[in-house]
Amino acid sequence: MNALIQVPLLTRVEGRGALRLEIGEGSIHALALKILEPPRLFEKLVEGRGRDQVVEMVARIGGLSPVAHQLCAAQAFERLAEVEPAPWVSAMRRVMLCGEWIQSHSRHIHLMALPDFLGANDIQALMERHGEVLQRGWRLQQLGRELVALFGGRSVHPVGVRIGGFYRAPEPLAVAVMRQRLQDALPAAEALLGWIAKTLPFPQDEHPFTSVALSPAAGYPMGGSRIQSGDWLDIDASEFIRHFERHEVDHSLAPHSVLDKRPYLVGPLARLNLGLPELSPAVRQALAATGISFPSHNMFHSILARAAELLFALREALGLLEGYERPARSFEEVPHQNGISYGAIESPCGLLWHCYEIDDHRRVNAAWIVSPTSQNQARMEEDIRLSLERLGLDQDETSLRQRAERVIRNYDPCFSCAVH
Amino acid sequence: MTKPRIAVHQFNSCGGCQLALLDPGSLLAELSQCFEIVHFAMAGFLDEGAEVDVALVEGSISSAPERERIEQVRARSGYLVAYGACAASGGLQALRNQADGSQWIAELFDRPERIGLLPAATPITDHVKVDWTLWGCPVNGRRVRSLLRDILSGVRPKRDSRPLCMECKERQLICTLVTQGQPCMGPVTQAGCGALCPAFGRACYACFGPSEQVNHSALAGRLQGLGLSKAETARRFRFIHGNASPFRLAAHGLEEE
Repeated sequence: MNALIQVPLLTRVEGRGALRLEIGEGSIHALALKILEPPRLFEKLVEGRGRDQVVEMVARIGGLSPVAHQLCAAQAFERLAEVEPAPWVSAMRRVMLCGEWIQSHSRHIHLMALPDFLGANDIQALMERHGEVLQRGWRLQQLGRELVALFGGRSVHPVGVRIGGFYRAPEPLAVAVMRQRLQDALPAAEALLGWIAKTLPFPQDEHPFTSVALSPAAGYPMGGSRIQSGDWLDIDASEFIRHFERHEVDHSLAPHSVLDKRPYLVGPLARLNLGLPELSPAVRQALAATGISFPSHNMFHSILARAAELLFALREALGLLEGYERPARSFEEVPHQNGISYGAIESPCGLLWHCYEIDDHRRVNAAWIVSPTSQNQARMEEDIRLSLERLGLDQDETSLRQRAERVIRNYDPCFSCAVH
Repeated sequence: MTKPRIAVHQFNSCGGCQLALLDPGSLLAELSQCFEIVHFAMAGFLDEGAEVDVALVEGSISSAPERERIEQVRARSGYLVAYGACAASGGLQALRNQADGSQWIAELFDRPERIGLLPAATPITDHVKVDWTLWGCPVNGRRVRSLLRDILSGVRPKRDSRPLCMECKERQLICTLVTQGQPCMGPVTQAGCGALCPAFGRACYACFGPSEQVNHSALAGRLQGLGLSKAETARRFRFIHGNASPFRLAAHGLEEE
């Protein structure tokens, strides 16, 4: 069978991407995941800017992960000055990032992924059949939004993060109310994880790949400065470009990334594969109760990884906010320093890396930013190929196209962010 | 009664303004009760070329395919809303308009010839007629819903382009400029965010674009009085809405001096 499969515009992803597949005589001749998003040239836009403005600018790289970008940049400037933020600041930043994970994962599970698993594309059809599931998901999504807003005033491009800490510490009363709500949401998150495992059909689609995430030595991968792979790699964030090779391809305006000449995975499933032992016993138990074993090399288990991380993030935030007291100062002064600085963080969709060169005038001279989706591109293409071969290339075009689209959505791609 | 048809189009942007329709998902359900959602790719609706009554257009026009696409969108849409900062003024990416864009691309890409950017990133209104503009980076969810309600009821939306200071005073916040000497952009910035930055004890950075009757030279003088250099003052104006004319003129004036 010869077939040309084209998806001119992918749906239920962020930004504009397309897919083109040529199949002939039992093999895939050509495969291109195209990113159509024009670059906004962020690495150049930040040149000549001071660090405070950079923190606001980089949020705009990705509207779906502004907190991760802001925290990554702030961390880079603090490390350059060799200032370790106070424990309160580190803890509250982790809570804020938990908020972004909760919001993003719940959005992806319920709006982006569920329609594929349940075979319903229309939100109203989904509402009629699974109204309670969606309502539960939206309550979790709203809670994540409000957790971000507690520290930043709004959930998209929040305004609370500054170099050295936060512009304002939340009121203890607001934190007490939030803690109660997080506590109350735990059963919903546990039920969600169980429901996904029990109800949704997961295609059998295992194949080997390398997981890359921040090192679990600093707790479940969210922050820290070391980057690990499932096999041998354990490096400092400053060594990132020496190990991860990046190259331009014709069909995408975002460069591809490889490790040892091979594609690799970043994101929730990669984190879970590496960070499993760091999950609290309660989350590990809930995950074990699903009957699906992790580490997993089936990308369709990404939705489970997101649900597990959602539960983890609720508990993590709850724990970090326990005994909350408002500090005398919500930030510390960070001296200006010139040189090259690095930041690394786990955004909801995977490892994010920033690097800035700061000149003698306290301004950015050069910047390099590597987003998760850009790194996942090569892996997505490899995955589509393997997944379709496993499905059978003799299937009808609709089945092949739908499978390819589902594979892409497993990665929660953010194309604007990838190109930036 | 048939529901009016709506489309949400993404041009060059971060996608964040679309979240005002998706976060939480109940908003999408509400939207689909009031409108027939015809095209909204991020939410799973795909029919880019369909005729619609209302089009929300996010993003700036940065490439030739986008320039063509916005004309098609205009031709097939009844009421077209420039939705968010990038659509309203070109957004942060329009900062490249003052620079040598091709030089930047040459520095960033090994094969710059395949990057087909237009010389400038521009707002929607530079290309087609815009019926309403919703400012904000990101747009404010309450304002989005109020606009959609107005469109549904067939009333003309109310323009509120007062400066942020008004909103700040309504919330009885303490002025960061007067009391702390912070370089607040509130006096020249549109209200609409709820005076978030002053509530966090920090200076507004003008993410809602220029207000009515911008007196940029008075504010520029005040900021320099606080100790900012001319270049620093210019960078306060040349930021998220640096391409909006009052801010562009203010920055240009300071850079020329």
